[in-house]
Amino acid sequence: MAGLIGKKIGMTRIFNEDGVQVPVTVIEAGPCPVVQVKSAGTDGYGAIQLGLGAQKAKRASKAEVGHAAKAGLEAAPRLIREFALDSGEEYVVGQELTVALFEAGDRIKITGRSKGKGFQGVVKRYGFAGRPASHGHPMSRTPGSVGPGTNPSRVIKGKKLPGRMGGARTTIRNLQIVRVDGERNLLFVKGGVPGARDGYVLITK
Amino acid sequence: MSDVIKELEKTQLRTDIPEFAPGDTIKVLYLVREGAKERVQAFEGVCISRKHGGFDETFTVRKIASGIAVERIFPLQAPTVSGIEVMRRGRVRRAKLYYLRGRRGKAARIAEKRSTR
Repeated sequence: MAGLIGKKIGMTRIFNEDGVQVPVTVIEAGPCPVVQVKSAGTDGYGAIQLGLGAQKAKRASKAEVGHAAKAGLEAAPRLIREFALDSGEEYVVGQELTVALFEAGDRIKITGRSKGKGFQGVVKRYGFAGRPASHGHPMSRTPGSVGPGTNPSRVIKGKKLPGRMGGARTTIRNLQIVRVDGERNLLFVKGGVPGARDGYVLITK
Repeated sequence: MSDVIKELEKTQLRTDIPEFAPGDTIKVLYLVREGAKERVQAFEGVCISRKHGGFDETFTVRKIASGIAVERIFPLQAPTVSGIEVMRRGRVRRAKLYYLRGRRGKAARIAEKRSTR
């Protein structure tokens, strides 16, 4: 299923028909021109390449400009991402995808790069419990024992320990579209979306 | 905040809300949905705080209902707040009247604001 590339604008609230407040993330999505269509015959798999925005001519490499020119674009897109296609879906190079792809009520997936959290302990990173805060306990958020002793005398691979958190590709599924603004290319998605404001996100059904 | 969101919130701001401040006794007309029926419920009490401002503004109303103090927080911009009536203007010296929570009866009175005009 094709999707869209978007930019996270920020969050606000919407009052629905029942007067209930709905927290929403505003995403400026598309319009995304189809830059290239990949097919099983030529590329081994079916997908479309979508672009977003435009780069200044002096910044874009000749390869980028040439690739965009093939799709009939004046400038190289700022961002190019690929979306896998289901069988039976047909797109043409140069075709433009917009938020019209979606409508209110649709369930979607959003992929983005989560905000970097730096070097974090196991309580924040993996949700370990730490020690109780009261009843005479010393303050502690340590990971505790990391495994058995002499045998095997090593730490098992994959043990959850402190380390870098965030800044990773994250997908949130089953998000709901609350409103679509075709005029301004805006999508209103219920709840939060990975990444910082002005970060790029991929939206698929 | 991004311009898109600012503009969006601005266009949704209500203009039908009367001026009121903490210390004022107000009556909030609140839409309640019971099944398919809609009904207006009144909540009358002293406004003890207004918070956040703009599209996110909320206000707290405190009243004594059959001997028990009740506080309700309303989103100012919500369509479920169908109306606000100012019953009495109070003269207070702070923006948040949380000190009323520790007082009852005579001590919890608020002087009426005398019009300067």
